[in-house]
Parts: sequence; structure tokens; C-alpha cells
Amino acid sequence: MQVPAPFEYERATSVDHAIGLLERLGNTSRLIAGGHSLLPMMKLRLVNLEYLIDINDLHDELGYVRLARGEIRVGAMTRHRELLESDPLAEAFPIFRDAERVIADPVVRNRGTLGGSLCQADPSEDLSAVCTTLDASCVIRGSAGDRVVTMAEFYRGPYETAIEDNEMLIEIRIPVRAGGSSAYEKVERRAGDWAVVSCGAALWMDGDLISDARVGLAAVGPNTTGIPAISDALRGKAPSEELFEQAGAIAGENCSPQNDMRGSADYKRHLANELTRRALRRAVARIGGQAR
Amino acid sequence: MTTLDDRPLGFINNDEKPVGHGRMLRKEDPRFIRGKGKYVDDIQLPGMLHLAILRSPVAHARIVSVDTMAAMSHPKVKAVVTGADLVEKGLAWMPTLSNDVQAVLATDKVRFQGQEVAFVVAEDRYSARDALELIDVEYDVLPPVVDVRKALAADAPVIRDDLDGKTDNHCFDWQTGDEAATNAVFDKAEVVVTEDIVYPRVHPAPLETCGCVADYESVDGQLTLWTTSQAPHAHRTIYALVSGLPEHKIRVIAPDIGGGFGNKVPIYPGYVCAIVASLVTGKPVKWMEDRSENLTSTSFARDYIMRGEIAATRDGKILAIRTNVLADHGAFNGVAAPLKYPAGFFGVFTGSYDLEAAFAKMTAVYTNKAPGGVAYACSFRVTEAVYLVERLVNCLAYELDVDPIELRIKNFIRPEQFPYATKTGWVYDSGNYEAAMRLAMELAGYDELRTQQAEKRLKGELMGIGVSFFTEAVGAGPRKDMDILGLGMADGCELRVHPTGKAVVRVSCMSQGQGHETTFAQIVAEEIGIAPADIQVVNGDTDNTPFGLGTYGSRSTPVSGAAAALVARKVRDKAQIIASGMLEVSVADLEWQKGSFHVKGDPSKSVTIQDIAMKAYGAGDLPEGIEGGLEAQICYNPENLTYPFGAYICVVDVDPGTAQVKVRSFTAVDDCGTRINPMIIEGQVHGGLTDGVAMALMEMIAFDEAGNCLSSSLMDYLLPTALEVPDWQTGHTVTPSPHHPIGAKGVGESATVGSPPAVVNAVVDALKPYGVRHADMPLTPSRVWDAMQGHPRPPV
Repeated sequence: MQVPAPFEYERATSVDHAIGLLERLGNTSRLIAGGHSLLPMMKLRLVNLEYLIDINDLHDELGYVRLARGEIRVGAMTRHRELLESDPLAEAFPIFRDAERVIADPVVRNRGTLGGSLCQADPSEDLSAVCTTLDASCVIRGSAGDRVVTMAEFYRGPYETAIEDNEMLIEIRIPVRAGGSSAYEKVERRAGDWAVVSCGAALWMDGDLISDARVGLAAVGPNTTGIPAISDALRGKAPSEELFEQAGAIAGENCSPQNDMRGSADYKRHLANELTRRALRRAVARIGGQAR
Repeated sequence: MTTLDDRPLGFINNDEKPVGHGRMLRKEDPRFIRGKGKYVDDIQLPGMLHLAILRSPVAHARIVSVDTMAAMSHPKVKAVVTGADLVEKGLAWMPTLSNDVQAVLATDKVRFQGQEVAFVVAEDRYSARDALELIDVEYDVLPPVVDVRKALAADAPVIRDDLDGKTDNHCFDWQTGDEAATNAVFDKAEVVVTEDIVYPRVHPAPLETCGCVADYESVDGQLTLWTTSQAPHAHRTIYALVSGLPEHKIRVIAPDIGGGFGNKVPIYPGYVCAIVASLVTGKPVKWMEDRSENLTSTSFARDYIMRGEIAATRDGKILAIRTNVLADHGAFNGVAAPLKYPAGFFGVFTGSYDLEAAFAKMTAVYTNKAPGGVAYACSFRVTEAVYLVERLVNCLAYELDVDPIELRIKNFIRPEQFPYATKTGWVYDSGNYEAAMRLAMELAGYDELRTQQAEKRLKGELMGIGVSFFTEAVGAGPRKDMDILGLGMADGCELRVHPTGKAVVRVSCMSQGQGHETTFAQIVAEEIGIAPADIQVVNGDTDNTPFGLGTYGSRSTPVSGAAAALVARKVRDKAQIIASGMLEVSVADLEWQKGSFHVKGDPSKSVTIQDIAMKAYGAGDLPEGIEGGLEAQICYNPENLTYPFGAYICVVDVDPGTAQVKVRSFTAVDDCGTRINPMIIEGQVHGGLTDGVAMALMEMIAFDEAGNCLSSSLMDYLLPTALEVPDWQTGHTVTPSPHHPIGAKGVGESATVGSPPAVVNAVVDALKPYGVRHADMPLTPSRVWDAMQGHPRPPV
């Protein structure tokens, strides 16, 4: 049994309470949501902190998937399982269900949260790639009020985000646009493992032509990355295998994978290419109603 | 209560049989599945303290100083012990199972990342762990030896400078077979195929990590050690020899064990530390390692770099096999194998084939990695041997462009050749290889699979069919050849039939979950006619079981199982004499059937074993010369090993775009001789196959250039899940062992031995359109993709 170093524990009863605690305790404290990333790091003593602020009681306040005007709002404490099972979410963004099916295992999905996943800022994290693909924005709350940042602004490096010590992520907002669909592709060494590479694609059609497209990659750089060059290459074109190949090639060129236990950089570059093509192909097929 | 309807299909009702071999639910399972198993970590004693070990963060360094002052002042710490403290007690070093020495706590140098440096004893587990961070060790970091191929380089740093006159990292050389004869065959052979084959370092990773509770009672000088041990008796003797405590004052108890796979054969420094801690503090002390400690410091398996060569005629007659092996033994040679066999039973690398000659040469070296080289369900290195030969035969099939099964069948040792003496000196007891191979082909639908594969290849789809055929050598072993640290590998067994006809059988081997409480009850039941439910099996307590060498190398059924059958027959012989008195006929006039003796020709005149038991303990006279009671003890010395075998066929699909491997189906035909409980056999096979798929596809203990272990958690060391494996299809043939009392051969490791080559052969077969003849494990998507690009890479 691995045991963490001593720490103080407090259970927040509301978002305001949690932010008040963060104000007081600053960088000596950490929020704990599902705990599947933080607890192992504490047990391995990679993270030593003085105070742990448990926000699981905020699930009532921050656990939701809401359809708002022109966007879907997902509370930061929404658990993986809820994301997996949300029909409105799957209908608007099938990429979520694709991704949730291959995130960890049911035990983790029962506890882990959207906010916890994003805030961990692991470069291989799946929901980060999903949110990047969908051009989501993050609502960060502090004692002074809310601020909204893009995914690109949210990530500052591996395991680093734009959230200050006295703030917390409370919501993700995803714009809903007509005529689109999305898909997620992941290669892992074993079920439930982190991605070797994963790729999200979202695509919108105007008649026979692509009006917009976005691709988000995980595990091939310091953070999940969107590839604007792919969007530029696809816009205004009719979807075709040649076009997807071109997009794949752009993805392969525009990432910075490293050699590690999960695979060689060359292989990951190849996967970025291959999975981009697959995800785009599937997203387009979904728009045409050819595939789920 | 279990009803017949709940039981698996094909269940034979043991009540009708009425006793003995056959399908039967495991007697121990109600305890396990209800969470009522009792493991070492469940043991709580009054006043018990907790021990935590400080481990080296680096692979190779000289210890400059160890400052324990701050740790000592922690309010809940009772003791802090360093290597220097152990030197004073003469306990800083201990023997390994291969007669090397290993540091209990490092004194001069640390030699691998994770090596034990000091320990803390505290009131609770948290405080003990906290206090480790208060110990200040200054290291003078030395260059490590990580690449095994460079271990013998002239400028390589010398790891084992603790050994007198040691000037290099050479561990041992070993060879087997006839080199000249083999070279002669190779020189004239029409076809020679050479392949470099790596079996990477893997880890047993049992669910329960290692640990113990040591309780030394100073008043009567009694040490009781509850411990995760697959070999309690061997451990007790070694503790006596190392510590100087008299052996009769040491009681080793292995309670329920949560998986062993060889990981719990060695004595680890942690056990010795806990004993020292109890001696020092006068309190019981518990040490349970955590997952990272288990993965980084306890015995690994494999780590063989093999160059294999196979010689054949152009029409596919295999003539000879030759191999040169470089073995990585880590920092201390902790191999668990009979002393005369430093490479275990690797000598069976000749496989299941009738050869003209064979030769193997091995060089073993020290590196700055965790020590060991235990079994991991490997039957003493048979795993590496089988992998080598089964890959080589496939490479030959590739070069000759023939079907790999046809090639195998053509070269099998034929049934009439048994007992068969191999060119490396092993005598295979019995076998009918072609029958098992053909059954596997039939179950798998081999011909249809090949047709389907051809169709898929035309469409650019990558389907692979992999075959392996293995022969294992298990059941160590004959006293004349085999011992571990001087202890012969014979097993004792004791059977007591109580007055009411219930019984207790005490065995020396030790279950780690294999179902001994059921299997051994069934073995005895078959012989003596008492229902398995009425026979208690006791194991794991040295005060309450006869001496024997424990459970590993699939030796429980071949050795202790034979002992159990023979002791039951000994009791039955005595019962027959008592029965002759009860029925007033001569012994020769009695016939034995289903638990009772009756007078020949008159079945109405009979006494049951229960009647006889009551008589044996009851009032009244017994036949002349017969003592009261109905019990016996024996020690069984096997005359040979047993040689189970099997034919495996694996089908995989490889995604051409991502190089991901999906195991679509797996057919396993096993022949372990007489089958005692087919359900337990199937369970063992299922587990071993899962293990084998994982080793082939994902498991590996890796190191970086500095000697840091990169596989120190289960996030990095990938264990398989149900999603990685198909529904297993099992079949069997039965070729009893001629020398085992009930013809059983052992099956615990068969599937782990046989499945990795089947999976690798399948993946390589799938990649045939890419011209791939060999690719090393673990076949992760990245490594498969490398092979598809024409540059398969060795994993080390």
C-alpha cells in the first residue's frame, strides 16, 4: 500500500466556499475532484500539499449538461460516466461518446470529472483533445468573478493551466453550429491506457462543401493542440479521400511527438496522420448519416 | 448453496462418482470470493510495529554517508537501521538461491535503483513512510551498467567489487550439448537459418505484493514469521542458516497468498529486515512492500538475448539447433533454480523435435538492475527455451516457404520414441505430439483459417495465424540431480484419517491460488474413497506440515501430488489389513471399490473406510502387528521430471493503418497427463494464456540509460485486461506420465510457456506481406509499425 504524506482536508460545500478556501490557502492547497490523477501522485509523493479541498459535494452545483442558446454548457464536476451517457451531448457532439468509451475504465469513469481531466493538463488527456477540437471555452471563477478563456489560452504547458491559485474551473462552453458532426480516434497499448496518439475531428458542411473543420491532437506535444492549417486546407472544399490525406499529412507535420514507452516519435507522427484521416472520414460519414 | 444448475457445463457430480478426480468447484473459493481470505497484510498483532524501507534512487553509487538523526527523532519512530548496523550483527549480506550473496541493506555501494539502503520501524505505516524522507543519504554516483551487451566491455564499471578479486561483470558461463557434433551437422546442412531473438525482462506482478509479519518472542527464543512464501520450509531452513536461530525455534507460516508466479520464491531483504526489526524492538513488525517496490526491486523474469540457429535439409527435416545466450542477471544472481542448473531447464530448447545434435552456450552477466531471474510461471527457464525453438522453427518455415504446422509434424518426436533422450540429456517421459497438434488444428479450423487469410491478403487486410508446440520439463526433481542450496527437491506428505472417517492431508507445497485445497483433496479422495469435502488440506505452516521444497516450476502435482497419492495408498494398505480382521478373511481375499473393502465374490460382506477408521481408533483387537490409528507419512523422490506438452493456435488481426494487434481467437490443446480437476486445469490455462498474450504484446520492465526503471507502476507496466483477450478455446489429450503414481504431469505454467510464441508467430505471420520474418516482444503498436517499415527493433 502506498501512503501519502500528511495533509489537512476540508470538504467544500459550495463553489463560493471552495474559492474562499483557495483565497485563504493559496498554493499550499489543491482541489480534489475524482482524484484519479491527484491521489496516485500524492501516494507516490510526487505531489505534497498541505491542504486538500474536496469539491465532490459540488457535483449538485457543477454536474450538468445544459443546452443554452447556441452552445452546450457542461459543468466542471460532470463525471465521465455522465458525459458518456448524455444523449444530448452525443447528439450534438458524437466525439464525446467516442472519447468517453476509451477513457480509462468504468471505475475511473464513475468518479473522474471533466474539470479534473482538463485541469490535470496531461498532454495525453482525451477530453482536452475533445474540447480543443470543439473550440470550447473555459469558465474560470475567482473571488472577483468569472473569466472565459479559449482552450489555447487555458493550456500553458504540460500540467500547467491558466487557472490561478485562488481560482477554479467551473464550466466548459461549446458552441453548437448546424450541419456538423465529429469523431474521435485513439490508439492505446491496452484498454484504459493513456493515448499513444489520439485525434478529434469536427467538421461542418454547407451543401456539398466543408464550411469549417477542426482537428485536435493529444499526446503529440506539450499540450493538446488544434491544427489551424488543417482548417484552412479543408474549408470550402468537397470532402474526399485526397483531401483527408492532405489533412493527415498536415497533422503529421504539425506535431512534436517524443520517443517514449508508448511509442517512437516517427510512429506517433504516422498516427497523427492516420487518425486525422480516420476521424475526418467518420465525422463526414456521420453528417451524411452513414455511420453512428 | 451451490446447486448443480449453477455449475459449469460438463460438471460431473462428484457425489455420484462418488469420490476423486473430476470437475468440482474449488473448496477455497467461497472464502476468496467473499473477501474472507486471510493474507499477510490481514494479520494484526498486539503492539505490532510497521517497517518501511528506504531505497536507492540511483542505479549505481557509492554510499558516502547515511544520516538517520532526523528520522530517529520522529515521535512515532522506534528504530532506524542502516547497512552499517547490520554489519555489526553479521547480517548485512545474505545468500541468494543461486549461492551468490545479496546485500540486505547496502553498505558500500548501491547496485540497482530500488535497492534497500535503510529501514524505519514506526508505530504506523504512515509514520514509517514519512520518516524515510528524514533520512539523509549522500551518494557518490557511479556510471551504471545498463546495456547488457556492454557489461563485459573492458571499460565497464565493476558492479560486484564486494566479491573477492572481481574485476569484471561476468556472472557465469554454462553450456549444454555436444558442440563439435552440432557444428559438424551445421557445416553440412543444406539450410541454416539464424535469428537474434530477445525475451525481454518481465515481472510476475502478483496482485498481492510481498511482505511479512515477524514476531520474535525473546522469552522462549521463538520466531514466528507470517510471510508471502511459495516455499515455507526452504525459507525456514535458510533463515536458520543465515540468522543462527535454531531451526526448531523458527515457524514460517504462509497464509493465503495472492498470486506468486515465482515472485515469492526468493527470500527478499525486506523479510530479513522485518526479522531484525522484531529482534531489535521486541515487538511484532509488519513489512508490506508497495506496488512500486514490488515492480522495481523483487525478482524479475527472462531477460535473455538469444542468437538462435537452426539447421535443416531443404525438404524440411530439422537436423540441429544451436544457440548462444547472453543472460542479464541484474546486480545479484538470485536465480531460483536447482544448483546444478544455473540456466534452469533451458536445456530443453531442443523442443518437441527429433534432432541429430544440439548445443547451447550461455554467458550470464551482472548489470545495475534488480536481481533475480526467477520463474515467472516459466518452469525454470523453459519459457525462454520454448520461445527460442518455436520462433526458430517458424523462421525455418518462412525460409522454406512451408506450412509451419506441417514442418512441426514432420519433425516431432514420435510416440514410439518415448521415453526419449534429447541431445542435451533430458529424458522426455511420454508424449503423443501429432495427436495434440491435429486436435488443435481441428478445433481452430486451421485449413479454413488459411483460406480466409489468403482472401484477406488480397484485400490488403492483415490476418495472422500463429502456431506453437511446446514440451515442458516440470516437477523438480530427482534428489540425485536437483537441490536448492543443498536441499533436495523431494516432498513430504502426511495423511491422517480421523475416527469418524474424515481426513486431513498435510502437504509441503504451497498454494498461491492454484486450488490446492481442492486438487489435493481429490487426489487423496481418489485413492482412499473419502469424499473431497471430507478431506482438509493443510499447507503453508512449517510446524504443521512435513518438509518439502514448495510450489514453483509446476512441481506441486508432479511431486507433492505424487506424495499425496502414495501416502493415501499407504493408509489404504493399512486399512485393508484392518478390514481383513473385521471381515475375518485374509487380506488377499479383499477387493477395494469406491471407499470400501468387500470379500471377493460377496459384495454384501464389506466395510467402508469410515468403519475401518473407527475400528483403527476404537476398542478391541487389531490384526497382529498393526498399531492403532489410521495415518501415514511419506517423502516422495521423483525418479524423473514430467513432460507436459501442448499445441496452441492463435489468430490475430493487425490494423494496417495503426499497427494495432487484436487477438481474435486462441485455441489451446494441453496434455498434462492424468487430469485431476478439469475445471481447475482450464482455469490455470486461461490465466496462463492471458499472461502470455500480455508478455507478447505489452509487458516489459524497461530501463533508461541511467538505469532508472521505467516500469515502476501499473500505469507503466501494462497488465492485460479482459478486453485484450479473446474467448479461450481449450482442448486436451491425455498421455499419462509413466513414472508418476497417478500419471499426472503438472499444468500450472504450460500456457504461460506455450502462448507467447503462438502470439508472436501470429503477428509475424500477419506481417508476411511486409517481408517480416521476426519481431521481438513486446509487440506494441509502435514496435509492430517499426517491423512494417522494415526495421524491427530489439526491445533492449
